Amino acid sequence: MLELKKVTKVFNPGTVNERVALKDLSLSLGDGEFVTVIGGNGAGKSTMLNAIAGTWPVDGGSIVIDGEDITSLPEHRRASFIGRVFQDPMMGTAPNMQLEENLALAYRRGQRRGLGWGVTKAEREIYREKLRELGLGLEDRMTAKMGLLSGGQRQAVTLLMASLRRPKLLLLDEHTAALDPATAATVLEISQRIVEENDLTTLMITHNMSDAIKYGNRLIMMDQGSIILDISGEDKKKLTKRDLLMQFAAVAGRQEETDSVLLS
Amino acid sequence: MLSPLNLLKNIPGGVAQGLIWGIMALGVYITFRLLDVADLTVDGSFATGGAVTVMLITSGTPAPLAVLAAVAAGMLAGLCTGLLHTRFGIPAILSGILTQLALYSINLRIMGMASNRAVSVDRYPLLLSSRYVTPAIISGAAVVLVLVSAMYWYFGTEQGSALRATGSNPNMSRAQGINIDAMKVLGLALSNGVVALAGGLMAQYQGFADINMGRGAIVIGLAAIIIGESVSDSRLLSRWLNFFGKLCFVVLGGVAYYLVVVVVLWLRLNSNDLKLFTAIIVAAFLAIPYLRGRARQGRRRVKGERDA
Repeated sequence: MLELKKVTKVFNPGTVNERVALKDLSLSLGDGEFVTVIGGNGAGKSTMLNAIAGTWPVDGGSIVIDGEDITSLPEHRRASFIGRVFQDPMMGTAPNMQLEENLALAYRRGQRRGLGWGVTKAEREIYREKLRELGLGLEDRMTAKMGLLSGGQRQAVTLLMASLRRPKLLLLDEHTAALDPATAATVLEISQRIVEENDLTTLMITHNMSDAIKYGNRLIMMDQGSIILDISGEDKKKLTKRDLLMQFAAVAGRQEETDSVLLS
Repeated sequence: MLSPLNLLKNIPGGVAQGLIWGIMALGVYITFRLLDVADLTVDGSFATGGAVTVMLITSGTPAPLAVLAAVAAGMLAGLCTGLLHTRFGIPAILSGILTQLALYSINLRIMGMASNRAVSVDRYPLLLSSRYVTPAIISGAAVVLVLVSAMYWYFGTEQGSALRATGSNPNMSRAQGINIDAMKVLGLALSNGVVALAGGLMAQYQGFADINMGRGAIVIGLAAIIIGESVSDSRLLSRWLNFFGKLCFVVLGGVAYYLVVVVVLWLRLNSNDLKLFTAIIVAAFLAIPYLRGRARQGRRRVKGERDA
């Protein structure tokens, strides 16, 4: 479904601040795989997701989704393949627009936006049903301005928006990191359900090792712009937090990193 | 002696001109409020609208067609600003200033190198004129009604929604597959089309186009928006007004602004100071919500300390 081949990204090339964020990164994702991504700060997790989403062009390598090379496509054209939820709850929705208008914008992802009505009666019913499934009572607030909703509600709506038009790939960039623990758990459960119901190929970055183990059917660990650990299938099911820390120390070969990963 | 009768006599004319400035404010609203861009092109495109309209009417074109051509010229100006901003990475505000500067020369060329051109209502059939104030108010109000309806419709469509989303959250818009560069160019073109329409009406109303007629137009537009919104967003009204109502209040803001101008002129204050007054009024209206917000935050902090 997704094929990264030797993707390289260098920030501030040719300056004292030059930083290689992705180093010949290769990754292959099968249809319906739900991959959790862990790694310390600056490991390149978000950079990888941004490279796939097309936030900026990469410096080398290729990105292929479902057989189509999207390496040189601008961000808004890639959007027809990709659903995204960001870390910042403010980033995924338009605050001055109504809840249903936000959903309607997402419903037209990858479609031509013409002079038909922005929100039609028929689709309102679809949204109401989908919002009811979230179980947050949002089905009664469809004309409320998005900016009035809480962070957790916004992330739940952004998830809905990312999956409303089934994407080939769902990118979750620490989408629960800015939420309180209870809300984060709710949003993660919703994420899990949406991924399963739609059988979505998913990349989810998390800072929480337990979540990385609990969710998904494959786990990758990144360090210094490369993937240093890739566990799936039965191995992933048997994985414990302790294993992960040991693995990290073994693969990275740097004991002190264990602490920083533990603490982060 | 200040005669109240004189003031009363000047009010209808003030309303007519206020409606035209209100139409211009609707154009500014598209960029300033919906697209979240301060576009300074309008000072130039307002005069472009006037120049194109007058030159075409005096060369025998029917007034409605002349105004349509003015709209097209304004859209072209907005297109330039949009392309400078999105294609060449020039900050939006500077792109607008560049186009505005270029338009000064272009407007002079349109008017055959004269700094003003007259169009007499006695010789040409105009859409409105200061000579016939009541019909001018009716024509102005009719244009407002059509324009506000068109905007209400357009910004409810898929394309209009995408344009509003671009202004509200460009990040989210890209993630939802919206080409935000295209939306910005489109918004700037539409905005300046409306502004040029207002310029075309103003030139007919006052009977001439002038190279300086657009100077400070952006500030007048902002004044109209801010005055209108201070009423339409008030606690009393905001619940009852939809987008259509809000746009109407923007136009009324333009009328209110121009009535203040009429009073200033009536008070025999030096009309050269008018732009200074306008700037002060707009600065004050822009500052008030900010200062009020800070005051509220300050109180909350004090209260928090007491609670702790």
